[in-house]
Amino acid sequence: MAMTAKRITQVTDSALAPLFKSLHSLRTMWQRAPKWARATGYLFVIVLAVLAPAQSIGNFMAPQSDWRTILFYPIGSYILLALGLNVVVGLAGMLDLGYVAFFAIGGYSMAVLGVNYHWSFWEILPVGIAAAALSGVLLGAPTLRLRGDYLAIVTLGFGEIIQRVANNLTITGGPTGISGIPHPPSVGTLSVLSYGVLDARPYYYLELAMIVLVIFFTTRLEKSRVGRGWVALREDEDAAELMGVPTFTFKIWAFAIGASVGGLSGVVYAAKVIAITPENYPLLLSVLILVCVVLGGSGNRIGVILGAFLVAWLPERFRGLANYRILIFGAILVAMMVFRPGGIIPAARRKAELLEGRGGGAHLGGEVDIEQPGSTPEV
Amino acid sequence: MSKSHVRRITFPSLLAVGGLLAAACGSSSSSSSATTAAPASVPIGFFGALTGPNAQLGINIDNGVKLAVSQYNATASAKVSLVNLDSQGDPAQAPQLAQKAITDKLVAVVGPAFSGESLAADPILEQAGIVSVTPSATNPALATHGWKFWHRIVGNDNAQGPAAAQFIVKKLGATKVAVIDDQSAYGQGIANIVRQALPGLGASIATSQSIDPTAPDYSSTVNAIMASGATAVFYGGYYDAAGRLLKQLRDAGYKAPFVSDDGSLDPKLISTAGQAESANTYATCACGDVSGTTAGKAFTSAYQAMFNTAPGTYSAEGYDAAGVILAAIKAGQTTSAGINTYIGSHTFDGITKKISFTSTGDINGGGIYVYQASGTAFTSLGLVSNLVG
Amino acid sequence: MHNLIIQFWPSVIDGTTTGAIYALMALGYTLVYGVLRLINFAHSEVFMVGTFASLFTLHALGITHAPGGIAAIGVFILITLAAMAASGLVAVGVERVAYRPLRKRNSTSLANLISAIGMSFFLQEVFALRYGRDLIPFPRVLQKNVLFHIGTGVVRSDKLLVVVGALVMMFILDRFVNGTRLGRGIRAVAQDPSTAMLMGVNIDRVITLTFLLGGIMAGAAAMLYGTFYEVTQYNIGFVIGIKGFTAAVLGGIGNIRGALIGGFALGLIETFGGAIFHAQWVDVVAFSVLVLVLLVRPTGILGENLQRARA
Repeated sequence: MAMTAKRITQVTDSALAPLFKSLHSLRTMWQRAPKWARATGYLFVIVLAVLAPAQSIGNFMAPQSDWRTILFYPIGSYILLALGLNVVVGLAGMLDLGYVAFFAIGGYSMAVLGVNYHWSFWEILPVGIAAAALSGVLLGAPTLRLRGDYLAIVTLGFGEIIQRVANNLTITGGPTGISGIPHPPSVGTLSVLSYGVLDARPYYYLELAMIVLVIFFTTRLEKSRVGRGWVALREDEDAAELMGVPTFTFKIWAFAIGASVGGLSGVVYAAKVIAITPENYPLLLSVLILVCVVLGGSGNRIGVILGAFLVAWLPERFRGLANYRILIFGAILVAMMVFRPGGIIPAARRKAELLEGRGGGAHLGGEVDIEQPGSTPEV
Repeated sequence: MSKSHVRRITFPSLLAVGGLLAAACGSSSSSSSATTAAPASVPIGFFGALTGPNAQLGINIDNGVKLAVSQYNATASAKVSLVNLDSQGDPAQAPQLAQKAITDKLVAVVGPAFSGESLAADPILEQAGIVSVTPSATNPALATHGWKFWHRIVGNDNAQGPAAAQFIVKKLGATKVAVIDDQSAYGQGIANIVRQALPGLGASIATSQSIDPTAPDYSSTVNAIMASGATAVFYGGYYDAAGRLLKQLRDAGYKAPFVSDDGSLDPKLISTAGQAESANTYATCACGDVSGTTAGKAFTSAYQAMFNTAPGTYSAEGYDAAGVILAAIKAGQTTSAGINTYIGSHTFDGITKKISFTSTGDINGGGIYVYQASGTAFTSLGLVSNLVG
Repeated sequence: MHNLIIQFWPSVIDGTTTGAIYALMALGYTLVYGVLRLINFAHSEVFMVGTFASLFTLHALGITHAPGGIAAIGVFILITLAAMAASGLVAVGVERVAYRPLRKRNSTSLANLISAIGMSFFLQEVFALRYGRDLIPFPRVLQKNVLFHIGTGVVRSDKLLVVVGALVMMFILDRFVNGTRLGRGIRAVAQDPSTAMLMGVNIDRVITLTFLLGGIMAGAAAMLYGTFYEVTQYNIGFVIGIKGFTAAVLGGIGNIRGALIGGFALGLIETFGGAIFHAQWVDVVAFSVLVLVLLVRPTGILGENLQRARA
């Protein structure tokens, strides 16, 4: 039986090898391309994103629901959330199973301040981000000294607690939630900047701008001292500590930055949907965002965006499958992890890591064969 | 040997991919046929859960709507087509489906079925001027937003809560009542109304608790009820948690009456708790028992013939909600605004009751009925107002 | 305060009963974690399958009312074996399909986690599509008779069965791991996999055995759950799984006796939390206690005993 598992992996590898190989060579090509070519590439993607809400695209992408609305949520929101979680999970290597908590904190900041205190969207935005970041620090300060799997249960609990608290407090409206949340103020008379109830496009463009900002910000961060510190502590925390990396501080940073992106996403979401209830923030959402990150390629922004897009879009595209969607989704997850454990586009730095052991009995399977990258195993 | 392994393993995955593609083609073609057929007929929609964990209520209503539309199309000249907006009961999916209703140029919608999704979808339907008639979203707050296109054909929880309290105190004679809810918008909403109504009727609240409907064990709540000396229990929530709570109460030896709401009015409450345990168990509902009237009998047999099952909770209300919209269309109103004015200014003979709307969209009157568990199902005891005199 | 005094003994009894089920679940997480250092997130579905297996056995036997005497014992043995066999098989199957191929490729623990989540979705949906999404009731297997009183608390036959059944299973497991050759293999791999392999321990076989043992414990928990709560559902494992996992972490994941202590502690925290505060704050209370314990003892109450603490 053990032979079978190994053979399947090998055979499918060889079947899929051309695809992965071309992905790989595409990446090399991209990395070697001159600056102007890459700039054109980025521009092309942005133009594509700007044109995305067009009806003709929507007819194909989401024939059974409203494409512009799902571009905003789930697609755009998942991408934003996945980018934020990627800082915690992909870059700093900590497992956060309660990320939805920060999305909720941003959402409730928007709802409470907007409805009860009549603040405007742009005033609430920084407050919501700060509230999420602060709660990230408050959660992280006592718990980040815990090792990986203990952190997982603590974050999972935190996500549940936030939902419970929202369900029990009067200020959050209890289970009924808060409705009548104000929209962002419209700018001029341009239709793409008038924030109303019916047109989802202005919100989508707002979110798109946020996504671009977050990508820019995290890219700079990854290349900074903090980013290198994260890689060090992800690869080997003890060694990093010994080499003088302030691991605890860097972990807190990762947590706070990840949380603030979650909060940002939450504020924008609440400003669009008018009414939020604790039901909008289930544990399942934390799991789905984690799936986006890992499926796309933990640590690789392009991969994470692609992963989030697929996780958000496929269930909408295949509404016709109705009851079978989750079944197929589950099977795809297992298959993806078996055949492509690094995600659709694995992070470059991670590739090296994947070839090394990771402690415990895991790297000592009876018939381990460490494959070289790009080599085709014989059948 | 390795080859055979490969074939055996990859075959199902190929099938899965094939199935995916086939389904994709199937779904896109069916939707395009729906849109091409639309101009010839007046499109209306059903908005609610048809799949997912809370689908049963949605399916009950949808069947009622389907029956009404098929009966109407059999005779009418201006045909009506029915579009499904399957929300899976998830508020997060509601906005895009409301937008979908706009894109599909629906003139009216039966639903949204639940209160949670209503809060997210109704503002969009209102802005777009699409008539909505909900047969089952009973949260009172829905009527407070000043929506012009929104209607509800059942009495809301503000009517159901006090009726339940009256039934408990005046009919069952309880003076100390334990009020439990499931922390949902619906369950806690109605439980709070009961909590407010009890003191005015001369009864006290023995204990007030909230349970987690997904948790398996309610022993701390059961212990609290037993310790409080309550002579009746009111539970606000849905039948699955209600059934388990009831079972654990009876197992602990608690025999006093157990009263719940329309979310619990389902035979599955009895099958979950057990028939012996369901003794002395009641549920209130804004939904009437239609089996007694001529129109109701005709509805029941037509429903049985079409779906091969008896009408469920809110099936008759779904039929009536569609009936109100269809009556307006039959009168020549094929625009949203026309339908809205028509149903706002007329009275309809529904199978559940006479239907006319107040200025906020709520129904005029709307009595509350009470049901008792007996055997494997609930049987109607009639209007609460008649029982308590 | 008065209520708390009345509720003291009932809370002790109910907390011990639910705690026993949590402890059995915690064992599954702890065993796998001890050997593989990964959290088996599909363990909740291993439990779920066990409840269905004992339900189907009851249906096959045509049981509608609680049998008496010898017949009762026979029925119990049958449903227990069915649940254990089904859960054990599913646990081993999950390892084969979702973990082993990844292990052979040295994947990250994150990939394992996602694979387990995928497996969990898949198994849940298979049962949801086949048997519906509503609660499915169990026939009564054991009369819920009052046996005796402790203070204000009532000890019922079904509660006693759950606690005694769970304790027996834990005792057997403890003896197996600490007293047999196969158990020594598990401990060896948990302590130091490389040396264990050099000493001739077949790692694959030890891992299969570990999943099998965890599955059997989940099966026992499933049978007890079925006879106690008398319902099941496609997603019944979710909450129980999270509780079991919490219990394992509380006691010290990787530590078998820790799982036992963690399970009972969590059960008691929940019932007393519900009695002192209201039921809606139970999860908040349980979580706060967990964080406090982890702050004082970062590896749980008993720590990682199966091997040295390592991330």
